Amino acid sequence: MSERLLTQYPEELRPEAFPTTFCPGCGHVPLMTAIFEAYRLKGLKLRDTTFVSGIGCASWIPSPHFKADTLHTTHGRPIAFATGVKLAAPQRRVMVISGDGDLASIGGNHLIHAARRDVPIVAICANNFIYGMTGGQVAATTPLGHITLTTPWGNEEPPFDLCKLVLAAGARFVARWYVGHRRELIETIAAALDHEGFAFIEAISLCPTAHERRNKPRGMGVTKDLFVTIEQAQGMTEQELEPKIVCGRFAADSTRRNK
Amino acid sequence: MSIRATKQIENSPLPGGPAFIQGNEAIADAAVIAGCRFFAGYPITPSSEIMRRMIERFHTLDGRFVQMEDELGSIAAVIGAAWTGAKAMTATSGPGLSLMIENLGYATMTETPLLLVNVQRVGPSTGQATRPAQGDVMQARWGGHGGFPCIALAPSSVQELIDFTIRAFNLAEAFRTPVLLMADEIVGHLRENCVFPEQVEIWQRYYAPGEPPFDTDHPSLVPSMPKFGDGEDLLITGSTHDARGLRMASSAEVQARVSWRLHEKFERGRDEIVRTQHFGEAQPKLLLVSYGGSARAARQALTRLLDQGRDAGLLKLDTLWPFPEQQLQAAAAKADQVLVVEANCGQIVLEVERLLRNGPRVTAHLRHDGEAITPSEVLAAAEAL
Repeated sequence: MSERLLTQYPEELRPEAFPTTFCPGCGHVPLMTAIFEAYRLKGLKLRDTTFVSGIGCASWIPSPHFKADTLHTTHGRPIAFATGVKLAAPQRRVMVISGDGDLASIGGNHLIHAARRDVPIVAICANNFIYGMTGGQVAATTPLGHITLTTPWGNEEPPFDLCKLVLAAGARFVARWYVGHRRELIETIAAALDHEGFAFIEAISLCPTAHERRNKPRGMGVTKDLFVTIEQAQGMTEQELEPKIVCGRFAADSTRRNK
Repeated sequence: MSIRATKQIENSPLPGGPAFIQGNEAIADAAVIAGCRFFAGYPITPSSEIMRRMIERFHTLDGRFVQMEDELGSIAAVIGAAWTGAKAMTATSGPGLSLMIENLGYATMTETPLLLVNVQRVGPSTGQATRPAQGDVMQARWGGHGGFPCIALAPSSVQELIDFTIRAFNLAEAFRTPVLLMADEIVGHLRENCVFPEQVEIWQRYYAPGEPPFDTDHPSLVPSMPKFGDGEDLLITGSTHDARGLRMASSAEVQARVSWRLHEKFERGRDEIVRTQHFGEAQPKLLLVSYGGSARAARQALTRLLDQGRDAGLLKLDTLWPFPEQQLQAAAAKADQVLVVEANCGQIVLEVERLLRNGPRVTAHLRHDGEAITPSEVLAAAEAL
């Protein structure tokens, strides 16, 4: 995997970061390359962006892989660090890449406040439904019934719908795609790079080591069948929709500006 | 020991000369004089006037201000801003310091210059928000996990709030580290005559393109600091990292080097960092040791002791950390009695005992009831020895 990636993205990747620590089959790798493709699509250089991440596997996507300025911070705080970077250097692009545990659980407060403030940064949440780095504990995003290290008989707590959460907090660019929706994900990241305010993208990722291994045999793994688009969802009953995850761009209203 | 920070005399952006001003407002004015143009904070008594004053000052000086959602976010934003090249600060009190300490450790590990003002109030926990104390001085030094050193200054007057704030920014730049200004409610809310400088010496962080940003062979042990956008492809991480910032998750050699250098750079910088003031007899039989708001009472008490003809002196600790070890030992060389005066249940006295073991008898006059220590109490404590 390492050699192929380095050949494909010589401008974007640091050779010294390889071999990568990502497990075989990790969804964070296609997310990483989707970000590169979005930058290429826009004709933008990675180097013009400061990439900020927190703690967890997803935070290792930019740090140390990206050949650009990276700020690998404390658990849950990357959006707060990014707010300082953007405010002090408004001419720089700032992108946060972190996981669901980092952004939505321990860092949930910073997430909703950045959405409310409309801080002009792109925040990509790689949601793999689990705390992968620490061995697979239940997350605030783990679907009901899923097996994790700390819910051996199935998760009993309802998960956050991160897109609804961030929309309710006031964000105007909110989207969700599975990392397997390659074209859609690349185009959405590219569109987020054009957005003037806070842009939130939930990228549904895969954790074969901590999530898929326990849940796929029970028919609860992440496959393309799990997802429907907003358009498809419109023709479905509530019952049909219940086990599905709706993907697409939920808000693109540019009429309201906070500042 | 040579410091590589650039030193330059600059005109103050504010009018110089005499002023009658509140301590917290003086901190804000001194910060903008020192070049601070970024402030992120969260309201907390008794420090909130600093934030209010910064907003006013930034309005005309093109500074950037954000009131964050909590103290965790405030110091995080300050660290982010510092890496864009800005001089940045936050201000808080004990409960906020507790929340900031995680990222204070991050700033120390990533060698990020910033100022953290702690206007101390009495605790523990929420304690009494408007009442003074000096209960956070050990927390400043030992509050963070993993064990990291710090630079902490303790001002005793409005004038010192001005001078020490400017100095704190300079030290932060020179040593690439957070600096704590350990004020207390006494000086923060005090209104007093002071003089603002017309010109100040401003230090700027050392940067040499291409030099490793996280280690150096230079005797100061302070590496070059690039900023975002310098084209250095910065790898900044709180994880153990090599000279280029690359994470080294299991190298004992790199871990040892990081731990050692972060401590050693302050040891080598002692001459620049450590400041004390001495009043009364140089090497007295009775030595008072105090700092911050409490030192005001100790100094008054000393005047009365000297009037009585006592062989007495006061060592005022302007720098708390790194601790003025040699200065204390020199001042106590001929002492029979050392009396530490501080507004907590006994913190700096432990350091004094450690350094003067087998020497003079060390006792403390302590108060932790949210009231200011008075000169007559100190006098009575000294007379009772």
